[in-house]
Amino acid sequence: MPDFHLTLNGKSRIIKVDDGSTPLLWVLRDTLGLVGTKYGCGIAQCGACTVHLNGAPIRSCLLPVSAVDGEEVLTIEGLANKDGTLHALQQAWIDFDVAQCGYCQAGQIMSAAALLEQNPNPNDMEIEGAMAGNYCRCGTYNRIKAAIHAAAVMISQRGSGK
Amino acid sequence: MKKPPVKPVFSSLEALFDEIDPSGNNSLSTAVKTDRRTFLKISGAAGAGFVLAFSLGGKVEAASSKRRAELNAYIRISPEGSIFIHSKNPEIGQGIKTAMPMIIAEELDADWNDVKVEQSPINENIFGRQNAGGSRSIASNWDTMREAGATARGMLVQAAADRWRVPAKECTTEKSFVFHKKTHRKIPYGDLANEAARLPVPLDGTLKLKDRRDYKLLGRRISGVDNYALVTGQPLFGIDQALPGMLYAVYEKCPAVGGIVASANLDAIRRLPGVKHAFVLPGNGNEQELLPGVAIVATSTWAAFQAKKQLNVSWDESGASKDSWGELEKRAQALGNQPGKETLYEVGDVDAAIQSSAQSIDSFYSFRFVAHASLEPQNCTAWYRNGEIQLWAPTQSPGRGLASVANTLGIEEDKVTIHQTRAGGGFGRRLVNDPLCEVAAISRHIKAPVKLQWTREDDMTHDFYRAGGFHSFKGGIDSAGKLAFWQHHLITFSHDGEKPVIAGAPRQPAHEFPAQLIGDFRLTQSMLPLKTRCGLWRAPGSNTYAWALQCFLHELAVAAGRDHLEFLLELMGEPTWLPPKNLYGLNTGRAADVIKLAAEKAGWGKKLAAGRGLGLAFHFSHAGHFAEVAEISVSESKKVTVHKVTVAADIGPVINLSGAENQCEGSVIDGLSTMLGLEITMENGRIQQSNFDTYPLLRIRNAPTVNVHFIQSDNPPTGAGEPALPPLAPAVCNAVYAASGHRVRTLPLTKEGFFT
Repeated sequence: MPDFHLTLNGKSRIIKVDDGSTPLLWVLRDTLGLVGTKYGCGIAQCGACTVHLNGAPIRSCLLPVSAVDGEEVLTIEGLANKDGTLHALQQAWIDFDVAQCGYCQAGQIMSAAALLEQNPNPNDMEIEGAMAGNYCRCGTYNRIKAAIHAAAVMISQRGSGK
Repeated sequence: MKKPPVKPVFSSLEALFDEIDPSGNNSLSTAVKTDRRTFLKISGAAGAGFVLAFSLGGKVEAASSKRRAELNAYIRISPEGSIFIHSKNPEIGQGIKTAMPMIIAEELDADWNDVKVEQSPINENIFGRQNAGGSRSIASNWDTMREAGATARGMLVQAAADRWRVPAKECTTEKSFVFHKKTHRKIPYGDLANEAARLPVPLDGTLKLKDRRDYKLLGRRISGVDNYALVTGQPLFGIDQALPGMLYAVYEKCPAVGGIVASANLDAIRRLPGVKHAFVLPGNGNEQELLPGVAIVATSTWAAFQAKKQLNVSWDESGASKDSWGELEKRAQALGNQPGKETLYEVGDVDAAIQSSAQSIDSFYSFRFVAHASLEPQNCTAWYRNGEIQLWAPTQSPGRGLASVANTLGIEEDKVTIHQTRAGGGFGRRLVNDPLCEVAAISRHIKAPVKLQWTREDDMTHDFYRAGGFHSFKGGIDSAGKLAFWQHHLITFSHDGEKPVIAGAPRQPAHEFPAQLIGDFRLTQSMLPLKTRCGLWRAPGSNTYAWALQCFLHELAVAAGRDHLEFLLELMGEPTWLPPKNLYGLNTGRAADVIKLAAEKAGWGKKLAAGRGLGLAFHFSHAGHFAEVAEISVSESKKVTVHKVTVAADIGPVINLSGAENQCEGSVIDGLSTMLGLEITMENGRIQQSNFDTYPLLRIRNAPTVNVHFIQSDNPPTGAGEPALPPLAPAVCNAVYAASGHRVRTLPLTKEGFFT
C-alpha cells in the first residue's frame, strides 16, 4: 500500500491508499472523512469538488492522489482563519444567505477564495471568469457575486489576507 | 426472496401528486383553512423546562388519511433560555427549516438568536405528512404555527404575571423577555419555563394573533439555519453519511428501462481490487422501487466505480423500452394536424366561433424531456440487522420511503427507520425513493452497513423525467381585436394507453388557462405510447403549459395588433376569484395586480435599442400569482443575452424575505437554464445524455439580473419554491419575438438555432 505525503489544511499528513490513481476527492471523502468537498459529476464540469492545490483552485474529482504527493492541499474544512473566525467569504455567504440546497457552495467558496488571493478587488467579469467552472443547480449565482464583492470589502477593511 | 406484499398506493407517484397538489383534486381544495386545534402541554420531567406540543399537517391530513392528527411538533424552552423548535419536513434547499420556525418565533416574540431548529425523525404515524413537494408546507401549517407561538407566549406571560402578582394584560413581550413596564421589571423566558409548564393551556378563542403590520421577524431577511454548517463543510447531506465498517456500493441497471439481467461477468468483477461482493438483484417488479440490476460492493467509492467500468452485463431487453424521440416527434407532428382523440373540456361553441371570427391562427409547439440533475447524485446509506433496517436518506418523501423500503424487503413498516438528511437539491426527483430500495436490498444481501452511490451517469440516465410534449393551437380574434376562441390539442404520452404520463396533461382541464376566461374553449388530447419513466419536476405541468399558453396568447395579441400587456389585462377582466374560488384558484384581481407591477417595474413600453426586446408572461400555479418580464438582446447571429428578469409575485405575506427572494431568483435561473439548452432524448430506449458535458446547465456568466417584487396581500401565505418558474420561459420567448421577430415554438431554444 503506497504512502502519500501531503500538507492538508496546514498539517502534514501521511495517507495510505490502495490505489494511487484514486482521485483526491475520494481520498478526502472516504479515507480522511473530509466530506465538505463534494462529488457532482466526476468529469470536472460542475466544480463541486474544488479544492486548492498549492493555492490554485483545482477539480479534485479527476486528480489522482499520487499527483499531489508532497504538495499542499486546502479544503473547505481548513479555510477558516487560524484564530477560528470564519474566512470573509464564509461570513459573507452567511450574511447574504447565499445557499439554497447548499451542495455546490463549498466548491464555490474555494473558487472564490483562490480568486481573492490573486485579485483582492475583482469586478463582475473577473468574478464570472473565476467562477465559470462552478455550477449552482439552484441558481444562486447573483448572490454568489454579491457575497464575493462583500468579502472583498471585508478583507480590505480587516487589512489582512483574510 | 420472500414475495413482497403489494401496496400500490404507496408505490404510486400519482398518489403522491394528489397529496401535494390540491389543485388537481376538488375534495381537498378547501384544505388550507385549518380548524382551531386543541393544544396540549407536556410538562415532562420537573425542571426540564416548558414544552408545548401541537399538531401540524393541516386538515388535508385528517381528511385524506386514516391517520389521526397527532401531536407532532413542539416548542421547548429550556431553563437556560434556549428555544427549540421542531422542523418535521425535509429540507431540500427550499428553506422550510428556517421559514416554519420563524412563524412560531414571531408569535412567541422570541429572540431569533435563541431559537434552535431540530429536524424530526421520520414517522408518519406520529408526524403526519412529511414531504417536500407542491410548495404547500407554509400554506397548510400557517394557522397552526401562529397559534402555537401565541399559546406559548400567553403561558409565559401568565407565569410572569403570577410571579409579579400583576394582571397578565399589563405584561408585554419582546425578544424572549416578559416585561412589566409599569414597574420596570423583566424576566427572560428561560426563567419562566418551569413555571409556565405548570399552567393550564389557554382555552381556544382566548388567543390574539398579531396583526401582520406588527411583525418584527416575518418579512425580514433571515439567513438559513444551516448556513454555518454549510460554509464550513460539515456533514449534512446524504452523501456525507458514514457508519462504522461501512462498505460502498454501486448498482448497474439496464440502460433501457424494463431490461433484465441475463448474465454478467460477476466472477471477474469479484477479483478486482477492493471488490467484496458482486451479485444480481432481480428487482421487485415496481420501477419506482427496485429495478433488476447488478450490485457491486467494495471498500471505497472509487473501487466500486472502477469495478463498474469493468462490468459486462448481457441484458434481456425483450420487455425493455424501445422509445425513440425522433419517432415520437414525427408521430406527434402528424397528430398535430388532426383533431384530438378525446375531448378533455369544452365550453361554448368553438366550431361556430372558428367560422365567425375575424381571423384565426394555428401554431404548433414542441418541447423535450428534461432531467432533474440535482447536484447531489442519488445516494443512500443503510444498515440491515436482525430483520430491521435503518437508512440515512436525502429524500423529499421520507414517509413514502418507509413504505417503499418495507415493500421492497417484504417487512413491516415499523421495522424501517429513516434518518432524514439534507438533500443536495430535489426538484421533484427525490419524491421517488428508488435509491433507498436499492440500498436496502443490497444491505440485506451483504448483511453489512453500506452506502450506495449513483454516478452522475446513473443519475441522468435513470431519472423520472419531466415529459416532453406538443401543443397544437388554433386561436381566433374577433372584429374588435378581442380573443374570440381558443382550441388546444395537447399531445402527450401514456404508459398504459389509458391515462397520460404523470404531469403530462392538466389535472383540472376546466381550470386550465384560459378556459375560465373566454366563452368558446376546447381542450383535446392525444397520447403516444411511452416506456421512459416520467416524474414530477419543479412546478409539474405548469412548467411547460405556461410556456406554450403564454406564448400563443402573445401570438394572438400580435395578430390582433394589440399591446400584449393590455391584451392580457383585458382577458383577466374584472377582479374575481375563479373556481374553485379558494387559494388554489386563479384570482383575476391578484393576477392583474402582479401583471401591472411587473410591467411597471420592468419599464414596459420603454424605448429599446434595435435587437433588444421585452417579453411578458403570467402564470398562476401552486396558489401563487406570478408575472415576469424578460429584457433580452438577440444578435444577427442569434446569440441571446438575457439582461434582466423582473418578477412580480403575490404569495400573501412573505415569511422569510431572503428565502422567498432566493426561491424566485433560483426559479428564474433554473427556468432559463432549462429552456435555453437542456434536453433529454432517447434512442432505442437509451437516454442519450449522461453527464454535464451533454446536459450543460447555465453558468454564472449567463445569469441575468433578477429583480423580485412582492405584493404582500392579506391572503394567507403560500409557497415560493415553484410558481416563479413557469412564467420565465414564455417571458423570454416573447422577448425573443419582440427583439428579433422570430417566434420560438420549440424548446430548448438551441433547437431553433439560438445560442448564449
